[in-house]
Amino acid sequence: MAEERRQKQCSVVLPSESMKAMAESMGVGQLQEDSCVALSEEVSYRIKEIAQDALKFMHHGKRRKLTTSDIDYPLKLKNVEPLYGFQSQDFIPFRFASGGGRELHFYEEKEVDLSDIISTPLPRVPLDVSLKATKEQQKAESTEPLKAVKPGQEEDGSIQGKGQSGTSAEVKGKEKLRMKPRSTHELSVEQQLYYKEITEACVGSCEAKRAEALQSIATDPGLYQMLPRFSTFISEGVRVNVVQNNLALLIYLMRMMKALMDNPTLYLEKYLHELLPAVVTCIVSKQLCLRPDVDNHWALRDFAARLMAQSCKTFSTTTNNIQSRITKTFTKSWLDDRTQWTTRYGCIAGLSELGPDVIKTLIIPRLTVEGVRIKAVMEGLVVSNIDKIGADHVQSLLLKHCASVIAKIRPAPDVVDQYRTDYGYLGPMLCSHVVKARTQAALQAQTVNRTTLTITQPRPSLSVSQSGGVGSSGGSRTPSIIKVPSSLTLMSTRPATPTQPSPPATKYIVMATSAGAASTQQVITLSSSQSSSPVTSTVTSVSTPLQPLVKLESGGGAGSRPMQKYIVVSLPSSSSSSSSLEHKGGATATSPIAIETTVKSERSESPATHTHSPH
Amino acid sequence: MAAVQDGGSELEGEKEPKPELMNDGSTAPAAAPSSRPEDQQTLLAVLQFLKRNKLIESVDALRREAGLADEPEEAPGSEAAGGAGGAAAGSGELGDAGALLSRVSGGSQSAAAPAPAKGGDDQPDVSVVLSAYSQQGDPSLYQVYYSGLKKFIESVLDCHRAELSQLFYPLFVHMYLELVYNNHESEAKSFFEKFNGDQECYYQDDLRVLSGLTKKEHMKGNETLLDFRTSRFVLRISRDSYQLLKRHLQERQNNQIWNIIQEHLYIDIFDGMPRSKSQIDSMSGSLAGEAKREDNKTKVYYGLLKEPEIEVPLDDEDEEAENEEGKPKKKKPKKDSMGSKSKKQDPNAPQQNRIPLPELKDSDKLDKIMYMKEATKRIRLGPESLPSICFYTFLNAYQGLTAVDFTDDSSLLAGGFADSTVRVWSVTPKKLRKVKSAADLGMIDKESDDVLERIMDEKTASECKILYGHSGPVYGVSFSPDRNYLLSSSEDGTIRLWSLQTFTCLVAYKGHNYPVWDTQFSPYGYYFVSGGHDRVARLWATDHYQPLRMFAGHLADITCTRFHPNSNYVATGSADRTIRLWDVLNGHCVRVLTGHKGPIHTLAFSPNGKYLASGSTDGRVLLWDIGHGLMIGELKGHTDTIYALRFSRDGEILASGSMDNTVRLWDAIRAFDDVETDDFTAATGHVHLPDNSQELLLGTYLSKSTPVIHLHFTRRNLLLSAGAYNSQ
Repeated sequence: MAEERRQKQCSVVLPSESMKAMAESMGVGQLQEDSCVALSEEVSYRIKEIAQDALKFMHHGKRRKLTTSDIDYPLKLKNVEPLYGFQSQDFIPFRFASGGGRELHFYEEKEVDLSDIISTPLPRVPLDVSLKATKEQQKAESTEPLKAVKPGQEEDGSIQGKGQSGTSAEVKGKEKLRMKPRSTHELSVEQQLYYKEITEACVGSCEAKRAEALQSIATDPGLYQMLPRFSTFISEGVRVNVVQNNLALLIYLMRMMKALMDNPTLYLEKYLHELLPAVVTCIVSKQLCLRPDVDNHWALRDFAARLMAQSCKTFSTTTNNIQSRITKTFTKSWLDDRTQWTTRYGCIAGLSELGPDVIKTLIIPRLTVEGVRIKAVMEGLVVSNIDKIGADHVQSLLLKHCASVIAKIRPAPDVVDQYRTDYGYLGPMLCSHVVKARTQAALQAQTVNRTTLTITQPRPSLSVSQSGGVGSSGGSRTPSIIKVPSSLTLMSTRPATPTQPSPPATKYIVMATSAGAASTQQVITLSSSQSSSPVTSTVTSVSTPLQPLVKLESGGGAGSRPMQKYIVVSLPSSSSSSSSLEHKGGATATSPIAIETTVKSERSESPATHTHSPH
Repeated sequence: MAAVQDGGSELEGEKEPKPELMNDGSTAPAAAPSSRPEDQQTLLAVLQFLKRNKLIESVDALRREAGLADEPEEAPGSEAAGGAGGAAAGSGELGDAGALLSRVSGGSQSAAAPAPAKGGDDQPDVSVVLSAYSQQGDPSLYQVYYSGLKKFIESVLDCHRAELSQLFYPLFVHMYLELVYNNHESEAKSFFEKFNGDQECYYQDDLRVLSGLTKKEHMKGNETLLDFRTSRFVLRISRDSYQLLKRHLQERQNNQIWNIIQEHLYIDIFDGMPRSKSQIDSMSGSLAGEAKREDNKTKVYYGLLKEPEIEVPLDDEDEEAENEEGKPKKKKPKKDSMGSKSKKQDPNAPQQNRIPLPELKDSDKLDKIMYMKEATKRIRLGPESLPSICFYTFLNAYQGLTAVDFTDDSSLLAGGFADSTVRVWSVTPKKLRKVKSAADLGMIDKESDDVLERIMDEKTASECKILYGHSGPVYGVSFSPDRNYLLSSSEDGTIRLWSLQTFTCLVAYKGHNYPVWDTQFSPYGYYFVSGGHDRVARLWATDHYQPLRMFAGHLADITCTRFHPNSNYVATGSADRTIRLWDVLNGHCVRVLTGHKGPIHTLAFSPNGKYLASGSTDGRVLLWDIGHGLMIGELKGHTDTIYALRFSRDGEILASGSMDNTVRLWDAIRAFDDVETDDFTAATGHVHLPDNSQELLLGTYLSKSTPVIHLHFTRRNLLLSAGAYNSQ
């Protein structure tokens, strides 16, 4: 067979009839037979030569198909004018005709009506070249373009060879083949491995590993296949750990959620029904930790509230109405008289994070009522310590959030009596806060002028670090330990501000301008840099875990200014005041399931019923 | 016998005029006034041409200008011979061309003369070369001769048969050409048909070219033919086998074959056991036979240059990430452990200043520091821990993607396209920005710390920039090590240097008049090498518009070019199926590596500079020991052209990417360890290749329909690959 082909190869020449036909088409009649033979041999040779060169160009063009331009370039090499405009939509543009004992292949040239061409609509502009990255082996072997591997495509030899050497690559390949048709959500083995590693690191005890895992979640572009798993992991995790009052794990899960939201390649919309209830649980749950009087579950509520605000901002649309529904949920339980202080705190935090408008319309009008309630606890006689702490936190939270808003909406002279009449019990304190907020705003403006801040991160956000294993290095940290990227300027350390009635704490104030760009990947994990910092604590007095607490003070308010102030507070929890009651069991009025159901039931309502929206 | 042995000394000289032979008539006179020895040959040829056409005045004028006043008058009958003779005198070492004279007997003169007279734009040299084929024998006897030899070789002992079988192909080709040259067309055809089935399958491509050639007129200007003639086909035969052959031919009085052997073949005789068939097959396949042993005897300094000592700040914080383009870091006295690998100079390394290298700039030092930091975070690869692969797929490229390159730090990606554009992408979130215009630059505060940041024009930030300038498909792109420049080579014969600050073209280097298939920057910047259809590789420096070195010797297109990691050598792969290693210092060819059976499309040096890997259209990867000039491994597995090869940063893994849509990973450590190069092997050049491709293959990764045309290991050993998605 090969022999035959080779022989052909040697002798193939164009038939001399073609020469005749071509000559006739050029107007040369009666060509001698000898000339035809000579011509055909010459022409065949040149054509072969050009075809061989054309192959070379095809190889260098890294293609398997010969194109017309591949013919043009060899012609150019030989100083022959290329055949311009030789393009055909058909595979072979020749037509066949026979008659009169002659067989002809000819190039069909139709007459074209110009007006037809002009009147036809323009074809679509071809898409421009674009680049797409795919991780292959480790995580996304089964994604594009490695997706459609047909079983036959894998060579027998390589299967054998690899089967013997027992590398995992082959196992992967086979498994993938079997799983493919079943479901698009099947994960490859390495994806499963990755998922396992990541989730373990996220809730494990090693803070450095966690930081890495969170970074991976926040930046990896190939996670979308695992998103459903992550979302289930978070929602289930919250459900279980709320019942067990495992504060640490809840914080880890919220950080994971935060990382998921930070990943620009993930689309969380489809999984909000799982994620948001979990977040709401972490905000308003009656009890989040074993010792509500000691543990700093307030930080978790704050963090989750910010998360909620962020998701509202990102995902709220006119169809899903997330923001108005969330607002409604918070308001409803806040208005309820029987609500616990913890839940109350969560509701207020959740609402106030939604922005100054919400504070103005929903919180400030209720300040008087809330003041009465706080007064009752603070000055009442028979109250539990827990309630007192709760009221205390609610008070400071209200003061913190309302002060800046009031500072903006109220004209300048701040008279204590005026405040008392307007806001009741909280009036005087509010007044002093407003005054402070005003001066601070002025101070900040100066600061901005003074120092040159160059911010590269679009939106730095500080994540809460949990007590866990880093407790011993918490309290005495000097600000210099915090490894701030050059973009952040460390201002000063101060003793506890009056707004914080809790035991004395070191306070770091980290100033940062916020560009406010929506797409952000940058997470400053304060905790990780702290834990890896070589300087360790010298304080021995504190034996209980310390909880660095991150609070966000809206510096300028209303988002009009590019300034935001992060106040990093690290406060030791007071173990001295531990003679309080242990709230346990029983207090599951706001269990996650309950919250979920409320949210769900709300969802089932028609959008039209959402009459009031803060914005 | 004597002629056979003498051949060796002549070969070097014989290669030199090659590029000149390819010049067509229009360029030859332009080159004539130059005084280089090669040009004199051309000059003489031009003179003869003028004389023949009775252009006496031009002859005189040209002679005056060239200073050849006392040219001896030549008899018109021996013009062609005179041309060759003059050439031999001019270049001094063209002994081979001189030897041709004896072949031009009176009888053949009539056949040779009409050829040059007919085509005005043909070089007389060609006819001289071809006239060697004028034959004495009877054309009808050729088949008898050949089959007689065939019978003889088939009847000898097995151990000799394999060696003597090497004779078949060159004899076949030369006999066929002789027949064609002497206008015995039908005999040639039947000769070809009768015996072409006997030839080794890896000569198919050449046979195809040969089969098209049936007329004497076609022989002129056919480059493949010239290659057969101008370079002697090299065979390596043991002394015993050679004696056997000689005795046979003398007994039979088979002068025809004996003449061919003496004139067109170079037989490299060695003492010892004859080689086996597989040994021969592994080394043969090139257009001009095997490499001669002498070719690979020169010492090659394959060691790496000593890294400049850069003090690395000890703290491993990521501060550099922000600081990357700021002012140089203040150095701490403590040294990084990774940075100072070996303080001792490698005995195999060339002298530090063997070729002048550019000074390190501050930014280069910063980059080095970055590199070392990354290196500490590098993943150690091995058979157990394979790299992750990230595939950059070009969508909507419409089969137009022809070349890809990554920067060393994997931050930028450049693609060359068939539509003459070069596109640069940023593969990090950092966008590409141009420098502001001159007017705007004037307004910048030059004292400010972030001046480097301020000169960039934020308005131009985008992920992709398109560079327009070429007028033909872009076949090669290469980033400079400092990421400031990009080179691209194109079908239009130019190499362009682009600035990645302004995204404009800075220089178009002209020199190759034909398509330039590949170009690459030196690992130290400043120099670059290019090679193309004109079979000459050129070494350039970015600030010279003319090449510094021309590496001539390949018999077909140079398809790929690579710098050795120490920048002292350049490797070129060619369509003549050989790889050559050139010394940048003196331009000598120091290694000729044969064994591939198809055009070589990619080369890769191992990071330690000791080994070379090459991939070709036949789907095989060959591994070479540069120091010994030996083939040490063969990796079979790919089913189509290999376009990309890359060693991991520590040299443990070799990745190969191919047209067959796969990336394959090979255990490089084991491939190199398995080979024991004893003195005998090194001396004789006989290789025993272990057939262990399947054991060395660590993984095969298929893409759906995306040929892999580039591979790159990041500094942390993540494998990046690139290719254009092919929708059919």
